[in-house]
Amino acid sequence: MVRKRRAARDGRRAREFEAFVAGAGGRLLHAATLLTGEPTGDTEAAERLLTAALARTYARWDRLRGEDPYDHTRRTLAALFAHRGHRYRRPRGGTLARLTPQERLVLVLRLYEGVAEEQTAAALGLPVERVRAICTRAVTVMRSAAPRRGTTGTRPSAGTRPSAGTSPSAGTPPSTGGRAATGAAGAGAGTGAGAGTGTGAGTGTGAGAGTGAGAGAAP
Amino acid sequence: MSFPDRKETEVRRMLEGPHPALPPDLAGRAAERGRRMLHRHQVARTIGWLLLLAAVVAFGVWAAIVEPWAAPPPTDTTPPLEGW
Repeated sequence: MVRKRRAARDGRRAREFEAFVAGAGGRLLHAATLLTGEPTGDTEAAERLLTAALARTYARWDRLRGEDPYDHTRRTLAALFAHRGHRYRRPRGGTLARLTPQERLVLVLRLYEGVAEEQTAAALGLPVERVRAICTRAVTVMRSAAPRRGTTGTRPSAGTRPSAGTSPSAGTPPSTGGRAATGAAGAGAGTGAGAGTGTGAGTGTGAGAGTGAGAGAAP
Repeated sequence: MSFPDRKETEVRRMLEGPHPALPPDLAGRAAERGRRMLHRHQVARTIGWLLLLAAVVAFGVWAAIVEPWAAPPPTDTTPPLEGW
């Protein structure tokens, strides 16, 4: 009888969990991808991070006691990323590739997920002023990294990060007028991937990877 | 609204880029890993309870044999008082 009840509970938990992942998985994976700084096409590390966080949520499912599983997963994801942050220091060509892991974490929690400043500070164990300062700095870096309307080639702050200087595929994605946002994402992915692989392998392969990432992110 | 809000909205729009596709087996993998984690926790909890039970039984047996609450028999080693 105990066995039967346990089997019923396992089945219900599995069904609820599957429905939860089907609903919230896409958004969580996007958040994880922003954290790891990977381009949209290659999300291996983000998937690993999200799987670990989701597994913890599954293990806790029966004892959530009314807590939102999305909140729990997001908190676990942030904690796991903060714990393993040093692994994601190398830029990989995502939207936030030019930020440090801590700046990415604060930016994703504050702006993408809309978590309050106090809660972000409590989750990361930082003072509120520090969170505000990191967020402001990250916003400044992101805005300076994004091209102004129409002009993709010239970047106003090429000297802030050394990776922004050598970009073989800065002008690859065609951004004409109304498609400024997608053009910006494409340029960001192109520069990040080009610089990252260029340091390891050489100029020829760097240029190839850069154009590939840029073309993938542009549509 | 104010100046910083406009900046944040701009970055927010940047963050809402193209979403990556969710792999279909991710939920299954996570559930399987969570199930193993749960199982591990249950095993650890069971072992802990068994250890506690064993400790209680051992203490009971020792107490029943030694009977540490029983007072020692009175001794007669006190020197006799004489010559008052």
